[in-house]
Amino acid sequence: MLKTFVAAITATAVVAGGGVAAAANISGAGATFPAPVYAKWAESYKAQTNNALNYQAIGSGGGKKQIIANTVDFGASDKPMKPDELAANGLQQFPTVIGGVVPVMNLPGVKAGQVRLTGDVLADIYLGLIKKWNDPVIASWNKGVPLPNLPITVVHRSDGSGTSFLFTSYLTSENPKWAAGPGANDAVNWPVGLGGKGNDGVAAFVKQTPGSIGYVEYAYAKQNAMDYAVMRNKAGKWVLPTAANFAAAAAGAKWNAAPGFYLLLLDQPGASAWPITGATFILVHSKQTNAQAGHDVLSFFDWAYKNGDAAAAALDYVTLPEPVKALVRKSWKTVVGPDGKPVYK
Amino acid sequence: MSITVNAAPRRTTPRGFAFDPIFEILCFTAATTLLVALGGVIVALAIGGWPALSKFGIGFVTGSTWDPNPDHEIYGAAGPIVGTLITSAAALLMALPVAGGVAFFLVELCPTPLRRPIGTAVELLAGIPSIVYGMWGLFVFAPFFAAHVETPLMAAAPTGSVWETLFSGIPNGSGILAASIILAVMILPFMAATLRELLNTVPAQVRESAYGLGATTAEVVMSVTLPYVRRGAIGAVMLGLGRALGETMAVTFIIGNSHGFPKGLFDSGSTIASTIANEFNEASGLQSSALIALGLVLFLITFVVLALARLMLRNQAKV
Repeated sequence: MLKTFVAAITATAVVAGGGVAAAANISGAGATFPAPVYAKWAESYKAQTNNALNYQAIGSGGGKKQIIANTVDFGASDKPMKPDELAANGLQQFPTVIGGVVPVMNLPGVKAGQVRLTGDVLADIYLGLIKKWNDPVIASWNKGVPLPNLPITVVHRSDGSGTSFLFTSYLTSENPKWAAGPGANDAVNWPVGLGGKGNDGVAAFVKQTPGSIGYVEYAYAKQNAMDYAVMRNKAGKWVLPTAANFAAAAAGAKWNAAPGFYLLLLDQPGASAWPITGATFILVHSKQTNAQAGHDVLSFFDWAYKNGDAAAAALDYVTLPEPVKALVRKSWKTVVGPDGKPVYK
Repeated sequence: MSITVNAAPRRTTPRGFAFDPIFEILCFTAATTLLVALGGVIVALAIGGWPALSKFGIGFVTGSTWDPNPDHEIYGAAGPIVGTLITSAAALLMALPVAGGVAFFLVELCPTPLRRPIGTAVELLAGIPSIVYGMWGLFVFAPFFAAHVETPLMAAAPTGSVWETLFSGIPNGSGILAASIILAVMILPFMAATLRELLNTVPAQVRESAYGLGATTAEVVMSVTLPYVRRGAIGAVMLGLGRALGETMAVTFIIGNSHGFPKGLFDSGSTIASTIANEFNEASGLQSSALIALGLVLFLITFVVLALARLMLRNQAKV
């Protein structure tokens, strides 16, 4: 028994050792939101190139800590680092896929997509200033919608999350009272409401509470067929949360004017742009201590840009427009090895 | 140390006696390792939490504003602390009578063929991971609780009465009371199983003598078996309370996670453990220090509870 066990372990070690020598083994850690698509990409990448990617979904904050400590080849974060923060840590970042935040609600007698909200109204609801669904302010945007005389129950995320960061950043940009109050962060001092853990927790509370409003990631709202709101975008148009409208927000964004790709795709111009959109990011060291490791990471994402769109779309992520991908590839020239030469050509 | 030396009986057979010192050293190491680990935890928590504790001082435990936005950063943990104490106390209040009933039934009243299955079922309940209780609480218990308990109670409460304040909140099955009930369900099997073991230690003669004197079942339980196991029973209660204080996942799912003071039983609140679980992942700087300091506070609360239990035991022993 013991002998077989030892033999098995030795065999595994030999196989693993051989594998490492022959193919790359990329390690990354961070955001949970893109984890499913990274896992899918890794699976196909391994099948095609025999290079393995080990991604740990430990949260955006964890991803930043790990890449700063240099314990992983790349970090991943839903919350982009500001250019000065990037410079201070010798990092650079690039976007991979796009997601969005969708306000969802539970209003008896009202159908999905029937209620129209502006960012300003949404912020007033989350501030507790608008307390009832038939409030004149909501009603003025929703002529003819049978808004019930129900108190509004606000549901937010209880855990620190990139989704909350995007949502509160949007409220901050739309409503000065929100900006002066809770502000933008992955966890804030919510003035009213209750917190659900994760998208599941928020969705469960919303489903169980008539008159509630919450916010979840687009993919989650779509897969669970939740009742969403229609939002007004910068162009003054009412838009639905659809993949095409997220893509429109990404297409209209001025990436080349954003140093370090520091860009939240909030309230972007474009007639059909969904207003609460954001990309998720990869963080790498600008100066790689191991040129081969840096090359492996960038090769993986280059491969994903080329071959990963279908897999991402199947999981309800929105992929980057081609010009943005070209910009990202250009930015990779500044990732250099110990010899000062670019690790990726 | 001197006590062990004095108490060590002289062995008559020398066989294996060389192992004795080694055995003693091993036991001593095990005991001290535990102590060192305990001390290490306290020191680590104190060091990690120091930036927050020194910045906010007493305000850390008395303030009720918890604002993790880096532009404001105020950490006052009164809400989570009060939430922890309320939910644990309420859970204990609900679980203790039931646990006692289960244990007495199993030992005194249960027909022998049923004894094993029910006993095993109680032990099985104790083995269910807390995340399962959390999901059950959120998806099964909460909708039921909202429809059949919270809404009727809120409707029945007379306007302006104490009941209206007590039953205020959002009737969606989450909040302080719902979390307390889930906690009660979770600690119940622990307490029931421990109490049953304790009651089994009561010698049959003691019980039978009481019955022989003509005591009813209730009298036997109240005046014979219960006093007999009193000491251990308090231990069982403290075990349950300890679990309730530190329980994280199930509570996080159901309590509603708002950091202010809960205004009523159906209002959402938070506990120390749920706050840490929610925010530690994405926390950095002062926020993670504040969360570590919260851990220290929880540690101290547990310590005080255990110390109080010891004190109660000592006072009872004197009577």
